[in-house]
Amino acid sequence: MSTSARDRILSRIRTANRAAGQVAPADADAAYAALSREYLRAHHDAGTNDITGLFAERAADYRAVVERVPESGLPAGIARVLAGRAAAASGSFVIPDGLPGEWLAGLPAGITLARDEPPLPPAELDQLAGVVTGCAVAIAETGTIILDHGPAQGRRALTLVPDFHLVVVQASQVAADLADAFGRLDPGRPHTLISGPSATSDIELIRVEGVHGPRNLHVLIAEA
Amino acid sequence: MTAPGQPGQLAAGEPHPGMPTYLGMPSFPDAARIAVADSQLRANLTHATHTIRAKRAGAVAELADWEQLRQAAKAIKDHTLAHLDTYLLRLEENVTRAGGQVHWAQDAGEANAIVAGLVRAAGADSVVKVKSMATQETGLNEALAADGISALETDLAELIVQLGHDRPSHILVPAIHRNRAEIREIFRTEMPDAPAGLTDDPPALAAAARSHLRQAFLSAQVGVSGANFAIAETGSLVVVESEGNGRMCVTLPRTLISVVGVEKILPSWRDLEVFLALLPRSSTAERMNPYTSTWTGITPGDGPENFHLVLLDNGRTSALADPTGRQALRCIRCSACLNVCPVYERVGGHAYGSPYPGPIGAIISPQLRGIADPVDASLPFASTLCGACYEVCPVAINIPEALVHLRAKVVDAKREKNFSPERVAFTLSGRVLRSPRLLAAAQRAASASRRVVARKGRIRLLPPPLSGWTETRDAPVPPPESFRAWWARTRGNRS
Ligand code: SF4
Repeated sequence: MSTSARDRILSRIRTANRAAGQVAPADADAAYAALSREYLRAHHDAGTNDITGLFAERAADYRAVVERVPESGLPAGIARVLAGRAAAASGSFVIPDGLPGEWLAGLPAGITLARDEPPLPPAELDQLAGVVTGCAVAIAETGTIILDHGPAQGRRALTLVPDFHLVVVQASQVAADLADAFGRLDPGRPHTLISGPSATSDIELIRVEGVHGPRNLHVLIAEA
Repeated sequence: MTAPGQPGQLAAGEPHPGMPTYLGMPSFPDAARIAVADSQLRANLTHATHTIRAKRAGAVAELADWEQLRQAAKAIKDHTLAHLDTYLLRLEENVTRAGGQVHWAQDAGEANAIVAGLVRAAGADSVVKVKSMATQETGLNEALAADGISALETDLAELIVQLGHDRPSHILVPAIHRNRAEIREIFRTEMPDAPAGLTDDPPALAAAARSHLRQAFLSAQVGVSGANFAIAETGSLVVVESEGNGRMCVTLPRTLISVVGVEKILPSWRDLEVFLALLPRSSTAERMNPYTSTWTGITPGDGPENFHLVLLDNGRTSALADPTGRQALRCIRCSACLNVCPVYERVGGHAYGSPYPGPIGAIISPQLRGIADPVDASLPFASTLCGACYEVCPVAINIPEALVHLRAKVVDAKREKNFSPERVAFTLSGRVLRSPRLLAAAQRAASASRRVVARKGRIRLLPPPLSGWTETRDAPVPPPESFRAWWARTRGNRS
């Protein structure tokens, strides 16, 4: 059944395109390459703008907590943020593979860490105090953080189920705009684009924070 | 499975098997009359749509190249539709290579049967769903229920609709017709685990939904989603959302089934730089929506172990055969056209009798389903042709042009059948004539329509409220400016 449905849909598409007078050029790729794209590659020029500052400002617009710290101050920053969270929530913080060990150098006593090895079942993820990760890319124009769930980021469930996400963005990871950001990614990987904490516009079309994803998003931008 | 009709023909004789009209749904004018009398509904809609209109304008104004982005999106979509067979085959190849399985469904019945079979094969009797227009269109939840499978809607607005035994009334915010007080009542009466003392504060309502659904997410075996985009070049799917329920549905279950209309395809990964600039600003007036997920087949150790993509035709190839109507297939379901529509604002989404309300619904439903049913035949008349929808559409769909075109088709069908478009048009026009603002819009539209519908200085078919007249006689081409507009321009500002 499936094969014949496939053939019939494809043949209906060809008939329809002919009926609509769309005699498409034989080479779809050449026609695609010739499409005109007159939009800007970036809305803020990285040469003349503080792209990192723009990212910080726009991520904060979504009510994420955003701080800029010097690279050397990162461990202290992480320690401070986790201590704050630990005061408000019980449980450990899960640490994905590949997170640089020195980031966790200054943790105060009382903060417990967990590994996702073997993979934690969803119910256990739900009991965690939070998760600490890096990211793959960030987009200044939209204040977006992109995870490709590679090293230091963990599988997707790790940054989804816990209610608190501390993410470290290195200034070199900040792309000015969408075009640059998507160019840096490998489409074969899974991705999560994060723009602020979980939110909804479903009640009277007003954005309110806090539905199913992490309700607390804390961003530390590490600058050289 | 009913054999589909010939592409290019709006089947005048038989109803389309694909998208059932809501049972017992009155045609647009009748439904509209009832809805307009509901003052709570109108207040809710006016409040919500006016809020979002202003915000969208701000979000759009921020990008100096909005028009260029819009034109690029239009060009990419038109190109893709012209090569749709090539790109679908490419998508199939790449999804399969990445470990997914691709299924093809000609209509709603086939799609629902495929999904039900996959759920049973996974040994499950329930699924968690992230809001998807395609599965609303196919009536998947009802079909699964008939098969003993329960479907849990996890989008907040869909949950409100499901708990309220209601129908969706907006593409993006299906419960837009409910205000916070009504939502609180629905939660209190229909949600067994609603916290005592629940207030109508939106964050409190969102928190109640969070705890209500959490257990279902954590234990779900099968997730069902749609997709906003499917990338042919890589086999990647993209889901754009806000709450995180989409992430839950595409990540936690062992089996993921995505039902996707064939027109959702984009040629390559880089096209996201265009569409993710346009979509969030157009729909929720944000620079970016909170969460977007992309995945390509299966990733070992991360997310579902089984991924199924169901490609859905369900009338899309019929629309594709219509040189004017096919532009509706560019739609990215942002809902901007609903939010600016003066008719939608007054009647709400239910009057359109399909999951696709508002201006886009008025042109997509009659194309997907045909015009045999009076509901569908009345839809192209559910507009003043004021043109606001075209202005805001991020993929530049000329909705007024498509409406006028579809009206002509309805009139042609009437010659064959005994259907009465003027009855439809006059009922709607009664309402327009009672409203000075809508009348002004209709008159502007009539003037603007000179170029579109006039032939040799005569007009054969006018938009409402004037179509009742032209149905039985030709009319002269209207002056470029109505008296009302002339008065406003020359005298109106003296007082
Ligand atoms: S027709 Fe245009 S404005 Fe309306 S929902 Fe579709 S893309 Fe958005």
